[in-house]
Amino acid sequence: MKNFKIAWRNLWRKPWRTIITSGSIFFGVIFTAIMTSMQYGSYDSMIDNVVKFYSGYIQIFTEAYHENKTINNTFELEEQLVEIVNNTPEITQYTSRLEYFTLASSEELTRGAMVIGIIPASENKVTNLKKWVAEGNYLSEGDDGVLVAIDLAKYLHIGVGDSLVLYGQGFHGVMAAGIYPVKGILKFPSPELNKQFIYMDLTTAQTFFSAPGKLSSFVLMVEDHYHLTAAMNQLKKKIEPPFVVMSWDELQPELVSMIEADKAGGVFMKAILYMIITFGIFGTILMMISERKRELGVMIAIGMQRHKLGIILFIETFFMGLLGAISGLLASIPLVYYFFKNPIPLTGDAAKTMIEMGIEPYMYFSMHPKVFYTQAIIVFIITMVIALFPIYKAFTLKLISALRA
Amino acid sequence: MNVIEIKDLVKIYNSSEVQVKAVNGITVNFEEGEFTAVVGPSGSGKTTFLNMLGGLDRPTSGSVKIGGTNVWDLSSRKLIDFRMNNIGFVFQSYNLIPVLTAGENVEFIMHLQGRPKKEREERTKEMLEAMGIGDRIKSRPAKLSGGQQQRVAVARALASKPEFILADEPTANLDSHSTTELLELMSQMNKKYNTTFIFATHDQRVMDKARRIITIEDGKILSDEKFER
Repeated sequence: MKNFKIAWRNLWRKPWRTIITSGSIFFGVIFTAIMTSMQYGSYDSMIDNVVKFYSGYIQIFTEAYHENKTINNTFELEEQLVEIVNNTPEITQYTSRLEYFTLASSEELTRGAMVIGIIPASENKVTNLKKWVAEGNYLSEGDDGVLVAIDLAKYLHIGVGDSLVLYGQGFHGVMAAGIYPVKGILKFPSPELNKQFIYMDLTTAQTFFSAPGKLSSFVLMVEDHYHLTAAMNQLKKKIEPPFVVMSWDELQPELVSMIEADKAGGVFMKAILYMIITFGIFGTILMMISERKRELGVMIAIGMQRHKLGIILFIETFFMGLLGAISGLLASIPLVYYFFKNPIPLTGDAAKTMIEMGIEPYMYFSMHPKVFYTQAIIVFIITMVIALFPIYKAFTLKLISALRA
Repeated sequence: MNVIEIKDLVKIYNSSEVQVKAVNGITVNFEEGEFTAVVGPSGSGKTTFLNMLGGLDRPTSGSVKIGGTNVWDLSSRKLIDFRMNNIGFVFQSYNLIPVLTAGENVEFIMHLQGRPKKEREERTKEMLEAMGIGDRIKSRPAKLSGGQQQRVAVARALASKPEFILADEPTANLDSHSTTELLELMSQMNKKYNTTFIFATHDQRVMDKARRIITIEDGKILSDEKFER
C-alpha cells in the first residue's frame, strides 16, 4: 500500500511531467485509433462495394458447380436450404441467380455474353443493380425484357426498345434460343462487366436455358463483414454436400490479397507512429529517473530493497500508461465517431478514380470496437515494456554515484 | 564494547591514468554510545571512509565488522537489510522523500522493517517530538526549513533503532542557530538512546560537541583523541 502511495504521490509532484508522459500516450492512442479507423473504414467500404456490387458476402452452390461452372451443375432450391438461411440471424438478405454463357446477336453482330437470371426485387436489395441502369428501366417480376451492359450494347449497336437474340446451350445440351426486348442499358464502373453482362428475370432465364427451377447460386448478405464469421460458422455446420458455402474472400481472393498488401503498408506506418510514441514516453521516463537519481540512491541506502524500488517506479509508469491509454481511448471514440458520421470528401484525381470505380469519393472511418481497444492495449503494452527500464535502473543504480548526483 | 571494528581499510579509485588511494589502510574501532567526529580537509577521505563503514561503498581491501558481522561479506540484498536494521544515515542535503510528509518519512524505514502500524505511529510521534518538530508531522519536506528537514532526517535515522548513525556533513547546509539546535538534539539522542554517532565534518561546532575526534589526511588517520564532555 505504501508503494502505491509513494508512486501515486510521485506522479503528482511534478504534474507537468506526468501530463506530458500521459499526454504522449493519450495522443498516441488517438492517432493510432484514427489511423486504424481510417484503414478499417476504407476496407469496409471496399469490401462493401465489392460484395454489394456482385458477389454478395456468401454464396451457396453445388460442389460440382464450384468445380465446373456449367448449367448442368445447377441445383433446385430446397426448402431445407432456405430454412437454414432463414434461421441464421446474421443473414439480412438473399437472392437467387442462374447464370451461364451464351451468344448475343443483333441484326449484324454476335458476341459471347454472360446471361444472369435474377429475381429483380431481391437482387436490387442485395446488389443495388437498379442504380446502374443508365437508360431505360429496371426489370420487374416475370419481365421478358433484358438489361444489357453498355459496352456490349454499343458493340451490338442496340439500344432500349431494340431486340436482342440470345442462343446457346441450355440444360443437358438442349438448344437455348430466344429473342428479347432491351429494357434498359446498364453502365457498371467495371469495363469488364460492361462488355459481357445481360440481366433477365430468373423465370425467363430458366425458361431460356430449359432449366425450370434451377439456380447456379444462392447469394446471401450479412450486415457487414464483421458478422461474416458467425454466419459462416453456422452455415458451414448445417449445410451438407452436395452444397458448399463460400464467403466473399474465398470467392474473391484477389481482393483479399489487395487488402492484405494495404494492411502491410498500414502496419509499417503504424510501426513508425508507435516508434515515435515509444521514444516520447521513454524520453520522459529517462528524464524522471535522471532527476530522481539521488532520491533513489537514498531510498536504497536507508534500506529499501532494489526490487521494491523497481516496483514503485513500475507502478508510476503503470499509472501514467493507464491514465494515457484510458483517456486516449475515451477521447478517440467521439473523435472517430464524428468522422464516421462525416466522412472526409475526397477531391481531384483520387475522387475521379473512385467515382469511376463506382465507389463514393469519401474517406470512410470505422467504429468497430477493435479500432479503439486494440490501440489502447498496444500503446499501454509499449508503456509497460518501457516501464521495465526503471526496474532495470533500480537494479543497476550505482549507490555512491547516485548519492552524489 | 566495540560495536564497529575496522581493519586495514583501503579504497583505491582507478581513474583513466592514475590510481587514487582515497582511504589508505585505516584501522579503528568504535564503541557503543560514542559521539565521534571524523575530521579532515576536503579530499582527505573522510566521506569515503564513512561510506565504506556504512556499507554504501565497497572497499578495495580490509574489513568492516559491525556487531561481529563482516559487512562486506554480505550479499547485496542482505547488505541492504543490514543497513536498514543497523545503520542510520543523515546526509548533508537531508535527502528526505519529497512526496512523503515528515511523519511518513520517519515511518517509512519502520515500514520497510515490517513493524506493526501502532508501533510505527507511536515511535514516529516520539522521534519527531524528541527532535522538537512534533507539530510538523503532517508537513511535506518542501514546507520545512533546512534545519527542520535535517531534524526529520535525524528522526528518520533514529526511528529504525540502529546500532549507530553516520552523519556526513549534517550541518553544512544549516545556519548557525539551526546547527547549534541540531547538535544539541543529536547529543541528547546519543545520551538518551545510547546510539553511536559518527560524523564526517569540517564544522568546528560539531568538533566542539564530539567526545572523540579522528583526524584523517590523505586517507590515513593522523590522530585519534578522546575528550570528556
